[in-house]
Amino acid sequence: MRLAYRFAIASDKITADGVEVTGFPDLARRYRVSSVPKTVVGETAEFVGAQPESALLQHVLDVATPSSLS
Amino acid sequence: MFFDEEVSGQIKERFSEMVHPVKLVVFSQALQHPESEEVKRLVEELGTLDPRVIVEAKNFIIDATQAKDLGVTRIPAVAILRAGVDGGADKDYGVRFFGLPMQYDFGVLIDGIIDVSKGESGLDPATIEALASLTTPVHLQVFSTPT
Repeated sequence: MRLAYRFAIASDKITADGVEVTGFPDLARRYRVSSVPKTVVGETAEFVGAQPESALLQHVLDVATPSSLS
Repeated sequence: MFFDEEVSGQIKERFSEMVHPVKLVVFSQALQHPESEEVKRLVEELGTLDPRVIVEAKNFIIDATQAKDLGVTRIPAVAILRAGVDGGADKDYGVRFFGLPMQYDFGVLIDGIIDVSKGESGLDPATIEALASLTTPVHLQVFSTPT
């Protein structure tokens, strides 16, 4: 979660929510949170568990510039 | 009281890393979300541990405009801002915490306060350079549980 916060601090384009999900079952269902920590990037990418900075960056860039996936 | 003397001391030690004052805007609503008052009290207690931790307690219903402005759509919520100095505007990095910040998540909240206070990401320069190229907003959500 701290890495997401640091991404938000680094870029005005990024916002980061830490969500303790037990109080928000609607979000748990919507984002299919069965294991934590689960990170959702935009509305299209997600991963479970801690990942290195480079991996989160790649997810962010993929979501921000979807054409780069082709 | 949420924090005994030992824990208070540990938090104060972490807060000694702060560079700029931080404003914690906590949104709660006692009637519809009694648990949100617990977060309000916790955040207010944090504000007693360092004068650079400024707490603004808001009612999610009465202060709906500010909630909307800060992107707070549910409670309990804490917006972590770098407080403006000498009448300057607060700096909003888009850092939020939703829910009860207990156990692991409490440490995350403290980390967020420290990082916002520093205003530096601590990321690799190559990562910072890549993020500078972003032209569209990207919203990150990290879901956790207290365990």
